[in-house]
Amino acid sequence: MPEERATAYDSKIEGNVIFTRFDAALNWVRKNSLWPMPMGLACCAIELMATAASRFDIARFGAEVMRFSPRQCDVMIVAGTVTYKMALAVKRIYEQMPEPKWVIAMGACASTGGMYRSYATLQGIDQLIPVDVYISGCPPRPEALLAGLMKLQEKISRERSFRNQNLELAEKLEDAFG
Amino acid sequence: MMPAGGAPRLQSHKQVTAQELFDSFSKAFAEKIQAKTEFRGETTYTIAGADLREIAKFCRDELSFDYLLDITSIDNHEQEPRFEIVYHLYSMPHTVHLRLTLKISEEISAVDTVSDIWPTANWHEREAYDMMGIRFNGHADLRRILMWEGYPYFPLRKDFPLEGLPSEMPDVAFTKATPLEGGPFVTIPSTAGSKDREPRARPPEL
Repeated sequence: MPEERATAYDSKIEGNVIFTRFDAALNWVRKNSLWPMPMGLACCAIELMATAASRFDIARFGAEVMRFSPRQCDVMIVAGTVTYKMALAVKRIYEQMPEPKWVIAMGACASTGGMYRSYATLQGIDQLIPVDVYISGCPPRPEALLAGLMKLQEKISRERSFRNQNLELAEKLEDAFG
Repeated sequence: MMPAGGAPRLQSHKQVTAQELFDSFSKAFAEKIQAKTEFRGETTYTIAGADLREIAKFCRDELSFDYLLDITSIDNHEQEPRFEIVYHLYSMPHTVHLRLTLKISEEISAVDTVSDIWPTANWHEREAYDMMGIRFNGHADLRRILMWEGYPYFPLRKDFPLEGLPSEMPDVAFTKATPLEGGPFVTIPSTAGSKDREPRARPPEL
């Protein structure tokens, strides 16, 4: 597990080189530049827009680039009710996102189907795609969405990115150097 | 408030009263009206499906009911006739509401379209077809509007369960029956407080 350590760094003493773990560096880069794919389906999308606007500013966390093309995104924020009619389209968009990718289920409807226990609503987007963070609320306040994003950032910082990137090399190095 | 510059006040066009409109209606279709109900100032006429287009055209042209507010349908499960279709009309010049209902049996399950009389009926009739299975003869594009084409059921019929039925259309859509967990959590009408009126799970006797 990569350890989180705040290092004091003085370029006059240490020069322009930092030593760190590959995981720490890669996770830091990934978590601080999560470009969201806003799958805004219903009312939660309004709160997502509010979070992206100036008062709550999701850009502080590196996520202001809301590209509506899944090819350019890291995290899909499913914001709103997923009807059965829309479900397979959401799945198709998720499959078009390149690795590494994460999913935030924002709101009650995306997490579990919400108040709509009926014939037309998918009871949670996790029936189709793997979800990393669930945010409860109907709709969750922008602060709650930001808290969920921060939780996702913590989750990313704990990932073993080097092993996930290149398992063969990681095992070879472990065998060689113990 | 008179605008500055002395522009003339708008003349309101001659407003016909609701009663006059309904009297002309009753006079024109005396034998075709099956029933007339009045409730809290709202007037409803029950007519037959065969007379619908004639009456609709008359309402729009002669009585200036130019705005179709809504078409809805009712499933009187196990009563004959099974379906009831309700048209809500509104007259913008005279600000009068009118409701027309007609009943059709399950064997026929079809009614003439009014989408060429009021264009908004296009989508309302598609919704009635999608949810209830009532066909509209002469409709330009009668296909499902809320569910997807190929969905095998009509969800708002009384014999369709709330939690839905499983269905599968590969690459288009699928449905599953929702777990209800003792629900639906309905409010029991009473004078008790909300904690007792809205139980966590429905009591078995209901």
